[in-house]
Amino acid sequence: MIEFKKVSKVYDDFVAVDDLNLKFNDGEFICFIGTSGSGKTTSMRMINRMEEPSSGQILIDNEDIMDKNPVELRRRIGYVIQQIGLMPHMTVYENITLVPKLLKWPEEKKRERAEKLIRRVDLPLEFLDRYPQELSGGQQQRIGVIRALAADQDIILMDEPFGALDPITRDALQELVKHLQSEMGRTVIFVTHDMDEAIKLADRIVIMQKGKVVQFDTPDNILANPANQFVEDFIGEDRLLQARPSLQTVDQIMIKDPVSVTPGKTLQEAIKLMRNRKVDTLYVTDDSGVLKGIVDLEDFDRNRRRATSVGDVMSPEVYFVRTGTLLRDTVQRILKRGFKSIPVVDEKDRLIGLVTRSSLAEIVYDNIWGDMDDAKDIPLETTAVSEDQ
Amino acid sequence: MEITDMSLFNQLIYYFSENGQYVLNQFFRHFLMSIYGVLFAAIIGIPLGFWISRHGKLANWVLGIANVLQTIPSLAMLSILMLGLGLGANTVVATIFLYSLLPILKNTYAGVRSVDENLLDSGKGMGMTRSQVTRMVELPLALSVIMGGIRNALVVGIGIAAIGTFIGAGGLGDIITRGVNATDGGAIILAGAIPTALMAVISDIILGWIEKKLDPTRSTRFSGRKE
Ligand SMILES: Nc1ncnc2c1ncn2[C@@H]1O[C@H](COP(=O)(O)OP(=O)(O)O)[C@@H](O)[C@H]1O
Ligand SMILES: [Mg+2]
Repeated sequence: MIEFKKVSKVYDDFVAVDDLNLKFNDGEFICFIGTSGSGKTTSMRMINRMEEPSSGQILIDNEDIMDKNPVELRRRIGYVIQQIGLMPHMTVYENITLVPKLLKWPEEKKRERAEKLIRRVDLPLEFLDRYPQELSGGQQQRIGVIRALAADQDIILMDEPFGALDPITRDALQELVKHLQSEMGRTVIFVTHDMDEAIKLADRIVIMQKGKVVQFDTPDNILANPANQFVEDFIGEDRLLQARPSLQTVDQIMIKDPVSVTPGKTLQEAIKLMRNRKVDTLYVTDDSGVLKGIVDLEDFDRNRRRATSVGDVMSPEVYFVRTGTLLRDTVQRILKRGFKSIPVVDEKDRLIGLVTRSSLAEIVYDNIWGDMDDAKDIPLETTAVSEDQ
Repeated sequence: MEITDMSLFNQLIYYFSENGQYVLNQFFRHFLMSIYGVLFAAIIGIPLGFWISRHGKLANWVLGIANVLQTIPSLAMLSILMLGLGLGANTVVATIFLYSLLPILKNTYAGVRSVDENLLDSGKGMGMTRSQVTRMVELPLALSVIMGGIRNALVVGIGIAAIGTFIGAGGLGDIITRGVNATDGGAIILAGAIPTALMAVISDIILGWIEKKLDPTRSTRFSGRKE
């Protein structure tokens, strides 16, 4: 566990990092994000004492890092920088096994580790004898990443490691790092200024502005509830829109005050109501508004002779969703089952609204037409809609 | 047949065949004076160069002093040092030492400063001690540039050793002086001058080759497919 307690860093008069209070769990993928100069790098570099706090404490597993030998501390913490920092006078093998060499591992163990890691990142074994400058940028940073894992470091610091790579290579490396991290259970502290990258990788995101933390939460929560205007601007309108279908609740799109009827009403009254309100379905509720069933025109036709009241003809089986349900959980149900609409009830089963197929479709389409480039990110449900069209 | 009847070339061959051992002795004496001067300069200059590269302001002072030393004409320097150290090879070695200091210092300083910041950061961040960063990163990466300074110094040193004869230090300069003093001594002058020139040129070529080998980004040691 890594813990920042009232950590500040001051250069001369300039406060680069201001009163950081954070706690990261083991195995978490943490992204620091913020505008340039917001103190991300400084915060990260304080963890391996490349910078030292002006005040406050940083604890790793409850031990103050200032009580430790900085050299030994750094050998236990992986370190990857944007400029990659591979030694040009050392072979790829020597680069990968640099920290193991500092730790005086025996040769066989180093060799075994290097071969295992280079295979893990899908590079040929022959690369071990090459020099870094013979490799492409993406290949070099792969080596940079496994170099930071080679000595079984539990914590890995990465400062915009993929910032200089082209989008396709960057994508592949993000996948790789995320995989390696969850597979090996390492704690990763990853600095970036790219929100997409942070959302893709992070378990939790630290958003910084002028040396301060403005929000520290999971990507979902940040998208759902941006702490302030700065965070909102930083996330960007597109991304907020995109996040909406998965994070909106049914309450936000439901029609309030749906047409309902009590079971005691006569069929004539019910039919008149339908005609007036131009609907073909009525929800049946008792006097306190609790949802009891549903009737539609067909029910009336079938039972006209025998029945007199709505209660006699209604079907008591009705699918509903509860208030607060996320849309992404609802969409599929409604669209797949072919419901025209689905009632929304409160905690006491009282009917409070109605989500119609058309209001759902509107939301989904907003997102498709709103941002064609990201059509692939639209949840599966959309396919069901287009099939229906 | 008199010597003076022979062609210059034949005279030269004749001189070498008659005085081969003497020429060889002077050659080595000359070479050793140069090497010693440069070697001592390297022993002092390389660590000093590393040291000033970490102390920005001092660097200007130290390089400034070395610069001034360089501007003193070599004959004048030789004479001044002779007052203190007396006649002989030691004074020549000391002179070469002083002249070699600047190129070695300057190149060491430049070489160390040219090492990419990010590599130092990366090395330190991975847990190298200060001295490991120096030994494992700075020195190997600066070595080629440092070698360039040594190469310069040696070539200059070989030239300076040639005037060592004026303070009785021996060396190939002795042969040249003899030629100058003898009537029709052209061949003798050449017998001294040609080995001196060869020594300088060959040293330059060999050290240049080593310098290239040591260049981590361009040498053939690294099957360099960069760019
Ligand atoms: N060694 C330093 N001396 C003075 N100011 C510094 C130093 N390092 C960083 N800063 C300042 O601290 C602020 C935060 O820097 P940094 O942590 O690198 O920001 P980020 O990584 O978020 O871009 C910047 O304004 C930067 O200029
Ligand atoms: Mg930064």
